[in-house]
Amino acid sequence: MRPTTRRVLAAAAGLALLATLPACADDAKQAAENVPGVTDGEIVVGTHQPLTGPAAPGYSKISAAVKAYFEHVNGKGGVHGRKIVYKVMDDGYNPANTENVVRKLVLDDKVFALLGGLGTPTHTTVLEFVKAQRVPDLFVASGSRNWNQPAKYPTTFGWQPDYTVEGKILASWVKREFPGATVCHFGQNDDFGRDSLAGVEQVLGPVAAKQTYTTTNQQVGPAIGALRAAGCQVVISASIPGFTALAMGQAAGQGFRAQWVVSNVGADYTTLAAQLGDKKVILEGMVADNYLPMVGDTTNPWIREYSRIHQRFNAGNPIDGNAVYGYSMAYTFVQALLAAGPEPTREKLVEAVRRGGFRGPGLTPFRYAEGVHAGYSGVRLSRVSGGAQTYFGPTYTTDDGGAAVTEFIEAPATPPADAVPTA
Amino acid sequence: MTTPRTGSTLLRHLAGAVLAGTLVVLLTNQLPPYENLQVARVCAFLCVTAGHTVLVGLNGQLSLGHGALMATGAYTVALVQRGLDERAVGGGWWVLPGSLLAAVAVTALGGLVVGLAAARLRGPYLAGVTLAVATLVPAVTTIFTGVFNGEQGLRFPAQAPPAALGPYFQPERWLAWIALAAALLTMLLLANLVRSRYGRSLRAVRDDEVAARLAGIPVARTQVLAFVVSAGCAGLGGGVYAVLTATVAPGKFPLDLSLFLLMAIVIGGLGSLAGAVWGALLLVALQDLPALLTEHLDLSTGLAQRLEGNLALAVFGLILIVVMLAAPGGLQGGVRALATRLRAAVRRAPDR
Amino acid sequence: MQRFWFLTFDGLAAGAVYAAFALALVLIWRAARVVNFAQGAMAVATAYVGYAVVGATGSYWLGLAAAVLAGLALGALVERVLMRFVGPAGPLNQVIVALGLVLLVQAVLGMVFGNGYRPAPAPFDTDALTVGGVAALSPYDLWVLGAALTVVALLALLFTRTPVGLRMRAAAFAPEVSRLLGVSVGRMLTLGWALAAGVGALAGMLVVPTGLGLHPHAMDLVFVVAFTAAVVGGLDSPVGAVVGGLLVGLILSYVTGYLGPDTTPLAVLVLLLAVLLVRPGGLFSAARARHV
Repeated sequence: MRPTTRRVLAAAAGLALLATLPACADDAKQAAENVPGVTDGEIVVGTHQPLTGPAAPGYSKISAAVKAYFEHVNGKGGVHGRKIVYKVMDDGYNPANTENVVRKLVLDDKVFALLGGLGTPTHTTVLEFVKAQRVPDLFVASGSRNWNQPAKYPTTFGWQPDYTVEGKILASWVKREFPGATVCHFGQNDDFGRDSLAGVEQVLGPVAAKQTYTTTNQQVGPAIGALRAAGCQVVISASIPGFTALAMGQAAGQGFRAQWVVSNVGADYTTLAAQLGDKKVILEGMVADNYLPMVGDTTNPWIREYSRIHQRFNAGNPIDGNAVYGYSMAYTFVQALLAAGPEPTREKLVEAVRRGGFRGPGLTPFRYAEGVHAGYSGVRLSRVSGGAQTYFGPTYTTDDGGAAVTEFIEAPATPPADAVPTA
Repeated sequence: MTTPRTGSTLLRHLAGAVLAGTLVVLLTNQLPPYENLQVARVCAFLCVTAGHTVLVGLNGQLSLGHGALMATGAYTVALVQRGLDERAVGGGWWVLPGSLLAAVAVTALGGLVVGLAAARLRGPYLAGVTLAVATLVPAVTTIFTGVFNGEQGLRFPAQAPPAALGPYFQPERWLAWIALAAALLTMLLLANLVRSRYGRSLRAVRDDEVAARLAGIPVARTQVLAFVVSAGCAGLGGGVYAVLTATVAPGKFPLDLSLFLLMAIVIGGLGSLAGAVWGALLLVALQDLPALLTEHLDLSTGLAQRLEGNLALAVFGLILIVVMLAAPGGLQGGVRALATRLRAAVRRAPDR
Repeated sequence: MQRFWFLTFDGLAAGAVYAAFALALVLIWRAARVVNFAQGAMAVATAYVGYAVVGATGSYWLGLAAAVLAGLALGALVERVLMRFVGPAGPLNQVIVALGLVLLVQAVLGMVFGNGYRPAPAPFDTDALTVGGVAALSPYDLWVLGAALTVVALLALLFTRTPVGLRMRAAAFAPEVSRLLGVSVGRMLTLGWALAAGVGALAGMLVVPTGLGLHPHAMDLVFVVAFTAAVVGGLDSPVGAVVGGLLVGLILSYVTGYLGPDTTPLAVLVLLLAVLLVRPGGLFSAARARHV
């Protein structure tokens, strides 16, 4: 054996012995810390968002609006005297990055809660971790039904109406307006498309034709061609904005005229028109649904308040459906924080959301209750006409189970002063 | 080159592994949870980059598909652990090593299939085929949704530290130890392989196939075997990577991952196991850079929004370009050159 | 049968776009023996230039010209400033520099123009002409096909009929000999990169209106498919690039239409293996494959 080898061996053995010494001194201390992320002056909240990458267009503007709203609230004195700090982490819509940044937020930055983590495949991968850490995981920005599993994931809550609720309401409108028509479905090949189709078929029975797309394949021509060949008169579409524009553009190019009925997720007129440019005329007549004030409705008191906040804190971005989404979700969060009381803990926050009862910009109540962690209970239909997307007809509510679709007649709430909730 | 005495080489590598392992364990004892996860991720990536650099650097076969091989290992671990859990035989200490072993075996088999095709192909044509392999993960998981649960992926029971370590033992530290064990094992085996007769065959085939054939080296078999070994390492790394978060999903293994793996080994120093360590560090740094940059730069909101995320990518792109221009042999090549120059300077000094 | 014809036309339209982009990859391979992984990002950058000019002047053709000029300049710049200094350490280093360039270009585009989609108007009608009840090609598709074929014809002329073309080929295949014969290998390399990036810019302008719109990642998917097409056709052959592009477009269309959109990556792999295991240098490989 060479001398160097022997020396290395000796050193290694010595170090190995050292390493076996117990090292749990500070672990026990860490276990008994008080409320993470809350100090006398601040509440730290975190999120994961696609600021870059293929999902960034449009969706990256949501967190900008949330941030702007919190700045507005902080300027008015914060919540129970505490300012809200919103830590936005870019995950590029890659679940591996989501897992990583959420662990950083929870373990390193010690955030009080997660708010509005965006995306189904991304957020699904952190559910178990969030549960194990008992972090409130509020208002996941996706319409998947995954967030409504209180028995499995007691701290996770949805916010927007889920895709099945949407599918049921869109389908019952189609059933009434287009009796006997050939109705087809076009959807993303994941739970977005599947949940939507489930809701549609619950109301209409099996659709005449169903086609899917996948985000990594922009060749939607064959799918649209198949819908055209099946003689579809109505196409219910569960697609993200980019693919709504692509699919409707293909349909127009193929001379395929049908009534498009599009899920709210992919139907924001401002976003679609910006992408289509001169071709935006093909959006005329498109029916969609929404549950928040329409951005083009300048007489709406919520939109007036939001516009003022937008001008002041977020002027670099267009005010569109994504911005309204961000403002409204942030508003709901402030309501929840208020309800958690002046000395908030993670348990109190979760309990406050579970009690529910928040009314705000949304057209319908939330479904939050003991054993239900689902968000908005319904939607209202909108139509594009003359370059503007406006509501028509009544608001409907239902659930993702067997409940019927019913009209909801209560008038929408009006915003408090400065659109800052007080209780 | 001296003829290696097998016994002492093995012993030296073993001692080195124990030394490195001990240092890392000491380090993990001091680190808070998230930093331990970073250590764990470096170790998981090290399994992959070490095997990858042997294939690309020592054997000269370009693979752009190692992300898909990682996914194979990750999904194997998930399926095995779920299967055991459902049959209520999970929970034993052997579940983890058993599932990782299965991951190595299944991925090595996948490597055999790719390697058989690869042995006929060269340069960009091999790149084209492996690039196609890299894009397979989302397709396969969606087509066989029943098994792989589509884009939502699979969850399996998380690894808890053994009770013997006490109730307050940091779970992330345990994960770091698991990953460390896998990385040390991989490095030890590869270091010995590289020094063996087979290692010399690998290099001979890379340098000149015709000469290697004349020297009696079975070229095709050597190449296929290199792919199998490399795939096995990627499978182990992918399996450990899955264990760290107890989830797998197709989105975790996009085409970018495969490209980043290649970047990591070239920037680290192609063909060198020490370079693979640099590469693994770089991969983790890449994942954490965006958070660091956004946190420490206080900018006006308008500008910050434009820079958010983008800035980190720009910085990383620049680093790649600058390293390649300044140190064509990668970071390890640069370190080696620097050391040589230093040693020369030291040796010269007493003469004056 | 109607479905089949529809998918055929759909595949040809998509294939023309892949062919145009594969051409750019072939050009650079012929000139510098390197696969330019930054081709997509460079093409997107020039497309931003092109559509900025379209927006400012209102003329698509001025924008197209501006994009191609920007491509020529960018190609020359990348070769002169970067690739020239990476060369000797091996082809992989050039690949890594190209990948670094992808990250850098996309990030800078994102910072300057934002990550959103921008509309990319097409110069011709995108409504398909109907033939026997089947939606066939649109005027725009015909323009893309025509443009790709014209470029191939021009390149063939350049490489076989002009002294510059011959020098470029010589410089790529036998740099040492060429140098002895008085060919300026360095200048030929720069010219090769410029030409390839110019064709890439043209391809980018053709591709963008058929996809989601102009955004920093607009060419990511196209790059992968076009690379496949170039490999299938044989990286040395411009004709191979066009045939490969059309073939891949057709197969993607048939597979998407008959089997569903998820299966396309599998189909691409099967196609690659089927072609390369029989002809390891692609369909139109000129040189015989090395026997090993």
